[in-house]
Amino acid sequence: MNIILNGESREVEKNASITRLLAALNIPLAKVAVERNLSIVPRSTFDAVILDDGDRIEIVRFIGGG
Amino acid sequence: MQDNPLTIAGREFSSRLIIGTGKYKDYAQNAAALAASGAQIVTVAMRRVNVMNPDEPMLVDFIDPKEVVYLPNTAGCFTGEDAVRTLRLAREAGGWSLVKLEVLSDPKHLYPDMEETMRAAKMLINDGFGVMVYCSDDPVFARKLEQLGCAAIMPLGAPIGSGLGLQNKVNIRLIVEQSSVPVIVDAGVGTASDATEAMELGCDGVLMNTAIAEASDPVRMARAMKHAVMAGREAYLAGRMAKKRYADPSSPLAGLI
Repeated sequence: MNIILNGESREVEKNASITRLLAALNIPLAKVAVERNLSIVPRSTFDAVILDDGDRIEIVRFIGGG
Repeated sequence: MQDNPLTIAGREFSSRLIIGTGKYKDYAQNAAALAASGAQIVTVAMRRVNVMNPDEPMLVDFIDPKEVVYLPNTAGCFTGEDAVRTLRLAREAGGWSLVKLEVLSDPKHLYPDMEETMRAAKMLINDGFGVMVYCSDDPVFARKLEQLGCAAIMPLGAPIGSGLGLQNKVNIRLIVEQSSVPVIVDAGVGTASDATEAMELGCDGVLMNTAIAEASDPVRMARAMKHAVMAGREAYLAGRMAKKRYADPSSPLAGLI
């Protein structure tokens, strides 16, 4: 199935959790925040939240800024 | 000779300098400048992870958010909804509620859109954030933002990144005199004397990024800014002498041979 990840279409395995998605992308989960269809996904629920086809996922982190 | 700490939304800071984390050569130089500045708060931005390159350097690996307060900003947001969305993500990423709200207008001057800033401030305060708000140097809007419940009022000294120094000292002083929350000059500082001037006006702190990051030697300028803010604060607390129109000798005239 496909999701929109940070604005770009991406194929992911079915029934993957947020934790699994981050692991597949090699992204350290402690250093990012995740939004799913405009709602925050609390880090404590990364294991429980399962992706659906067409989900719009944003993965963000802190960078330098003024 | 004691000074009160800078208190923002119930948190106390001994440093009155806040620095940005943008425009540095790399995060290592940024961390060195931070150490030289003595700042206890840094502004940071939220952006998408580069999913094609998850190994790129992370700010949190160079500046430890457990040791330095991260102040997430809303740079790049042009509506209240954008700002709330960005800062909710920042809160989830870092667990903080103290944030820097900036809702900009025209990219040419990056002047704050005060109507939208007011609306976003209300939304954020209702959502439980402590809002340090970048604003115009208009005392009327500054008062309205304080009445909304903002934790700090942060008028610009000059356009963001311009380094022109304080352009409207009259208004900055008016805002200082009327405010009972901290007033922090945000943007426009170019060199140490600009920071000193802001503090001499009675500001509670100064926030800067480009003045340090784009100096030829950012670490040295960071140290200069630390001293400049302290000097200005001390001069403000000391109370300057009155200005006079004519000379007044420092050596007594009595007893001349």
